[in-house]
Amino acid sequence: MNVKRFNWQIWVGFLLSVLAFLSYPTFFVRFPVTRDFPWANLLLGAMSFAFILIGLRRAFSPSRRLFSKIVSLLVATVSVLIMAMFVFVVFVQARWLPASKAAPQVGQKVPEFSLPDTRGQVVSLSELIATPVNGKVPKGVLLIFYRGYW
Amino acid sequence: MAISADTIEESRDLINKAGYSFTFLSDPKAETIRRYDLVHAGAGENGRDIARPAEFLLDSSGTVRWVNLTENYWVRARPEQILEAAKLLD
Repeated sequence: MNVKRFNWQIWVGFLLSVLAFLSYPTFFVRFPVTRDFPWANLLLGAMSFAFILIGLRRAFSPSRRLFSKIVSLLVATVSVLIMAMFVFVVFVQARWLPASKAAPQVGQKVPEFSLPDTRGQVVSLSELIATPVNGKVPKGVLLIFYRGYW
Repeated sequence: MAISADTIEESRDLINKAGYSFTFLSDPKAETIRRYDLVHAGAGENGRDIARPAEFLLDSSGTVRWVNLTENYWVRARPEQILEAAKLLD
């Protein structure tokens, strides 16, 4: 009897596509060299494709059962969709940002504001600029606006 | 200092978790964020208005000396870019 062995290539391809997707926000985004262009994730994606192709070839060899072919096709489709989603999230959706045309530009004075800090104390920009750090009045201040909910 | 539409409690959790020592300000109604034209409408949890990422280096008079408005929200200013820009303040 011809016992067909487990088509591990297709599943490795699937796992690689999941890894390619999840490792960007959880790991590679922490390092500018893998963040600004996600080459590490695209490389994992390419490896995923290679395994998927090998797995599909195996699944579609005449000796394999129809069930194996269907499962392989499904797994391959999901893997490709995962990678498509990754490309969409990182290259398309991440650029859906407001133009911020009226944001303060170089040479302009920024609007004053007062907002509560993490102890609930209201801090104004002018106060913050004038507050000595290590006994010296600061030369400037870095304002970082971020998306939040981390 | 850092500004977001997070609540005071959310910001406190973040600085406790990450160990940041600089000032975190909360703008849950996105009023200051709006005045700076940095609102990303509906992009937060449950469609809340949040800030798009932006970094401004101000001198002691509150004038912008350097600004970074990223086109991709995964990509932020690198520390070395900001240190380089800080030389403008000398």
